[in-house]
Amino acid sequence: MSSITTREAPRGFSAGEYLTCLTGIVWREGLRFLHQRERFVSALVRPLVWLFIFAAGFRQVLGISIIPPYETYILYEVYIAPGLMAMIQLFNGMQSSLSMVYDREMGNMRTLLVSPLPRGFLLFCKLLAGTAVSLLQVYAFLLIAWLWDITPPPQGYLTVLPALILSGLMLGSLGMLISSGIKQLENFAGVMNFVIFPMFFASSALYPLWRVQEGSPYLYYLCEANPFTHAVELIRFALYGQINWISLAVVATCTIVFMIGAILAYDPSRGLARRGPAGGEG
Amino acid sequence: MTRPAPIIEPSPAPDPAAVPALSIDGVSHAYGQRRALMDVTFNVQPASFTALLGLNGAGKSTLFSLITRLFGIQAGRISIFGHDISKNPGEALRLLGVVFQPRTLDLDLSLTQNLLYHAALHGISRREAAARSAELLGRIGLADRAGSKVRDLSGGQMRRLEIARALLHRPRLLLLDEPTVGLDVKARADIISHVRQLVAEQGIGVLWATHLFDEIHPDDDLVVLHQGKVLARGPMSRVIAESGAQDVNTAFMRLTGAQAMPGGGA
Repeated sequence: MSSITTREAPRGFSAGEYLTCLTGIVWREGLRFLHQRERFVSALVRPLVWLFIFAAGFRQVLGISIIPPYETYILYEVYIAPGLMAMIQLFNGMQSSLSMVYDREMGNMRTLLVSPLPRGFLLFCKLLAGTAVSLLQVYAFLLIAWLWDITPPPQGYLTVLPALILSGLMLGSLGMLISSGIKQLENFAGVMNFVIFPMFFASSALYPLWRVQEGSPYLYYLCEANPFTHAVELIRFALYGQINWISLAVVATCTIVFMIGAILAYDPSRGLARRGPAGGEG
Repeated sequence: MTRPAPIIEPSPAPDPAAVPALSIDGVSHAYGQRRALMDVTFNVQPASFTALLGLNGAGKSTLFSLITRLFGIQAGRISIFGHDISKNPGEALRLLGVVFQPRTLDLDLSLTQNLLYHAALHGISRREAAARSAELLGRIGLADRAGSKVRDLSGGQMRRLEIARALLHRPRLLLLDEPTVGLDVKARADIISHVRQLVAEQGIGVLWATHLFDEIHPDDDLVVLHQGKVLARGPMSRVIAESGAQDVNTAFMRLTGAQAMPGGGA
């Protein structure tokens, strides 16, 4: 086969082609989302149940002292709003991953992966598209929350955007990383229970961590080590026009690690037990 | 009626100067202990119709997954117009169009939206993509359905749309994995003649995986894949002659030692 060497030089891909591909993937994800009204409604109902019912009931039980970024005493609803925003993204990230497992079975992932653009880039686009969908959900939630008197400063709606993009990417990558190791949806659903709930409850989403520390120092350390805590805090501070540098560093690092891991792990031929002894190159 | 299978010797390469549209060279693949492909070697020439004939489980889908980069190559080489799929996947995949056996369309999106999405995956600008989509939809007779949801199409129409989609980035090699499965007689005939037309008029090299003998013409190239091994390859008429049979059905039975053949007729 060495005779087949005379051919035009590889021409690679232009920035325009990459951008077309990226916008195309985000556009399709958006279209699909618009066709799945139930998904949108359930994505909104979940945090609203927490906000309207859980928070109302808990308001009297849990007093919140003045902690940054808040400058006054706040209602419990106000405290958990950023946590619920992150929860929307957590569910969305896991759901996008579920759709990738589902897609892989249904063949849509095949269509994506036959694109000549680098596979890592395609998966990154997919993650960004999932994050874009989560932004729609979060802003719809913020609108309803505003009617419920949760009114962060107006510029907060803008300053929270980069935080949401970063946290959305982190949670989407984590979901993809997990879904890469899962072959069947049943298993995936199981993992969701082992991932979503522990991550959500062992975080600062529902209660400030100083409260947790009073109860159990060990749980406090666990919460501090939980990337989801830092996603919540990053969003919380950004919503009030501030930057929580530690959370930013943790979320940024986790995003990079999870994303690289997810891209490396996302190789259909490397799926669990199907892997042959001769992995080789390629 | 069964006899030990005679092994047909590999045919010599047709023209050393021509770069094959698809070159499969010594490809083996295993899922753990189970060996799905063993030292598979064959070429698909440009402007040719090559039928990959094999029963379910022969390894056709594994081979397609390797060619489309879904699986990493464990042993051997695959190249498309000389571009090694492992070393230079971008250039190789640019020249490749695929129609997978399972439907891979977005059912809730319109025909045009499906095509535009595919074009975007290949980095084709929106304006160019819209023009090509309209042209291809016209060619497959679905121009008036451009805005309909794919869900509302018939099975045959979906297949035609998938073929149109596979041609959108103007590939020079087209892979089709059992594209007529589940279609009625008329839709099958339409798809087959459409693809043969592409070979004749546009010089596209086609690899057509099937287990249906009546889809293969005597002057087609034939690759018989059985239990992960290539048992015979070459022009169909020669494969039949060398197996001492009268027709492709008998030839296939003799080669594989199969008892009975499903799907020989319509």
